[in-house]
Amino acid sequence: MSTATEHVGHDAEHAHGEHHHGAPAGIKRWLFTTNHKDIGTLYLWFAFIMFLVGGAMAMVIRAELFQPGLQIVEPNFFNQMTTVHGLIMVFGAVMPAFTGLANWLIPMMIGAPDMALPRMNNWSFWILPFAFLILLSSLFVEGGGPAFGWTFYAPLSTTYSGDSTALFVFSVHIMGISSIMGAINVIVTIFNMRAPGMTWMKMPLFVWTWLITAFLLIAVMPVLAGAVTMVLTDKFFGTHFFDAAGGGDPVMFQHIFWFFGHPEVYIMILPAFGIISQIIPTFARKRLFGYASMVYATASIALLSFIVWAHHMFTTGMPLAAEMFFMFATMLISVPTGVKVFNWVATMWRGSMTFEVPMLFALAFIVLFTIGGLSGLMLAITPVDFQYHDTYFVVAHFHYVLVTGAVFSIMAAVYYWLPKWTGRMFDITLAKWHFWCSLISVNVLFFPMHFVGLAGMPRRIPDYALQFADFNKWISIGGFAFGLSQLIFLALLIKACRHQGEKVSDQVWEGAEGLEWEIPSPAPYHTFDTPPVIK
Amino acid sequence: MAQQEAPVAYEKYYVPDQSPWPIVGAVALFLIAVGAGNFTIEMTKGKEGFGGYTLAAGLFLLMVMLVGWFKNQIDESMSGLYSAQLGRSYRQGMLWFIFSEVMFFAAFFGALFYARMIAIPWLGGASNNAMTNEVLWPGFEAMWPLVSTPGGIQTQAMGWMGLPAINTVILLISSVTLHYAHVGLEQAKRKQLTVMLGVTILLGCIFLGLQVQEYVHAYRDLGLTLQSGIYGNTFFLLTGFHGLHVTLGTIILIVLFFRVLKGHFTPKEHFAFQAGSWYWHFVDVVWVMLFFFVYIL
Ligand code: HEM
Ligand SMILES: [Cu+2]
Repeated sequence: MSTATEHVGHDAEHAHGEHHHGAPAGIKRWLFTTNHKDIGTLYLWFAFIMFLVGGAMAMVIRAELFQPGLQIVEPNFFNQMTTVHGLIMVFGAVMPAFTGLANWLIPMMIGAPDMALPRMNNWSFWILPFAFLILLSSLFVEGGGPAFGWTFYAPLSTTYSGDSTALFVFSVHIMGISSIMGAINVIVTIFNMRAPGMTWMKMPLFVWTWLITAFLLIAVMPVLAGAVTMVLTDKFFGTHFFDAAGGGDPVMFQHIFWFFGHPEVYIMILPAFGIISQIIPTFARKRLFGYASMVYATASIALLSFIVWAHHMFTTGMPLAAEMFFMFATMLISVPTGVKVFNWVATMWRGSMTFEVPMLFALAFIVLFTIGGLSGLMLAITPVDFQYHDTYFVVAHFHYVLVTGAVFSIMAAVYYWLPKWTGRMFDITLAKWHFWCSLISVNVLFFPMHFVGLAGMPRRIPDYALQFADFNKWISIGGFAFGLSQLIFLALLIKACRHQGEKVSDQVWEGAEGLEWEIPSPAPYHTFDTPPVIK
Repeated sequence: MAQQEAPVAYEKYYVPDQSPWPIVGAVALFLIAVGAGNFTIEMTKGKEGFGGYTLAAGLFLLMVMLVGWFKNQIDESMSGLYSAQLGRSYRQGMLWFIFSEVMFFAAFFGALFYARMIAIPWLGGASNNAMTNEVLWPGFEAMWPLVSTPGGIQTQAMGWMGLPAINTVILLISSVTLHYAHVGLEQAKRKQLTVMLGVTILLGCIFLGLQVQEYVHAYRDLGLTLQSGIYGNTFFLLTGFHGLHVTLGTIILIVLFFRVLKGHFTPKEHFAFQAGSWYWHFVDVVWVMLFFFVYIL
């Protein structure tokens, strides 16, 4: 397979030692790489490490909440743990994992030789570890790290925060730059690098959902940058954006933040929808039901996500008209979301189903994500939210959509495509242990949160009333069990990276369709130097 | 499939080999972020430290990276490695980048509109907020420009006549001259290209000079500072970030100028020029919005 690009590249590139054939060796391979598969791997490992780090912080939180009263950590440190846990999981685990999958899969799915802007691709990955280095090191600054929640509401982040806020602000800037560059790369790749014949409505849904996600990222990450900038100037340079004494308004912070924040939650779920839409047809051995409606549903979810942000702010005293508008707009989003769930179920209807590990995770996703969607619907009802806001009910809601939603979809994706990446089947026994332990513990962990939330237990507080003690014990036990279950996943991944396991065929899964299943397993370092033929 | 001969005509996409520049850039951004963070703390809290030096080192490294990366890029482009498809990738990438910049400014315009339309009227007792005004900020009157804040900060407003109006004219003309430079490039009229590009750069510099004067005027004569409440906040952040963008745009144009002198661009292929001029027009549009919403209204 002599590569077309290589011939062209020779004269200008003789300065570099390597050629295009295989992967260069050593650390330089990873530092200097322009290869979408290498960069995808880097993103995925980084996300997994961050998942474990953020998970360790969750363990601290659950240890403190195991019993009522203050026993293990100082309240201020508890707040730092909830804050940094949230930031790490959102920006360090879920988003980079999806970007890693995008890097690995999009070029293979659309028949492109690589991402459109390979060097920028490297840059957008490598600034991420640095951003989190800054964020984590801020925990050791005098006065402690950020302790104002991942939503960094003013005045908590302005008047009442420590010096480390400056480090927090600049680390968020870097995360934002990374996301924007990654998103630009994805969009340009999809617009410009599809193999001839790969028309828009032939694109796999994972590609579609990522295209729309990338658009959301470019639209809202700069708004987040604006929000942290105003926090920085308010805290350090005497501006009054979020201070009524100077004509500003702390509620304005929430508007700006959630204008970013709500699309952000869809950034974390749309690629998951794409993954599930790839996996279900494979193991149901049927074509996806309602492909076009899936595309339109994704696009309408993305557009609607710009006009619902204030459902996070029902209790801030907005005018009645605003409360009503945001309530109905939010409920409207459940329609396209419902379309998706319906289509997945309809795909399985009368299919010849088998239950390989990716399918197990995908099925768990459908059921448990829907539970999260339903609690979201409850929260969207303004008068009801007055009661639930800032209680554990909200924590239950977003962990169902994010952990059993986004995170389960990522795990499903890893199990689905890992054999394609390594050329070998993962350890199925371990994988099943991982699935069942995770499934049971995650529900022990998050389901009782609904009950304590409805009963009024506030979130982000290191102590609680005695009446919540029993449930919290179980929540903590579920939490530790879920944390430990992820070590099974770690063991499995290490085994997979050491090339253990049986060799797999090119197609890997019996019902799998798409370009990535037509190339050899493991996927060669460079694919599609010559565009493939699309049937 | 990969091994088959392609039946249709396709273009060879240039996938570069390994490159050291991105990781250099990552280290640079790391130093900038750590440096800027610590510098902010040290500057405002009167502490000693290395923040400023770290920041400077980061900026220096970023310059090194940009020079190295662009040189690499220019060499590749000059040796004909690039295809039309790659050109499209760059163009689209640039447009999406500009869109992200639009959204960055939108956040600050949003703050401006929110303060004017909602926060300040409410503080003055509008809608159902009579008691907010009565109890919390008695005597405060809603107005814009907010020259007297609820907390009692006094300042004066910046008028739109004089420097701002002149600056608007300057930037608008610069957009036109840059357009004619581009036309000159496309029609291979070298003289028109260099002269018009040179004039654009000059206009950019004049704009920046006048903007500095305006800031001096604001601070010295009007008492309008960054700390003057929401009016001063939005004024300085919006015009400040705009000024930063004009500075960057001017630097880009200067680089383009030297590349023009070296004969780097052809009437057909001149992505860098195209991108630079898009950027400049974007910065102009932002100014028009600023002039309208920050100065006039
Ligand atoms: C069916 C669609 C959904 C609806 C109707 C919905 C509704 C809501 C509402 C009303 C709140 C605010 C609750 C409060 O603070 O009082 C909320 C919070 C939240 N939702 Fe959803 N949601 C939906 C889906 C999702 C999805 C798909 C995700 C993420 C993948 C998500 C992530 C979150 C997060 C992270 C929060 C809490 C933010 C915080 O305060 O820290 N939601 N949701
Ligand atoms: Cu939301």
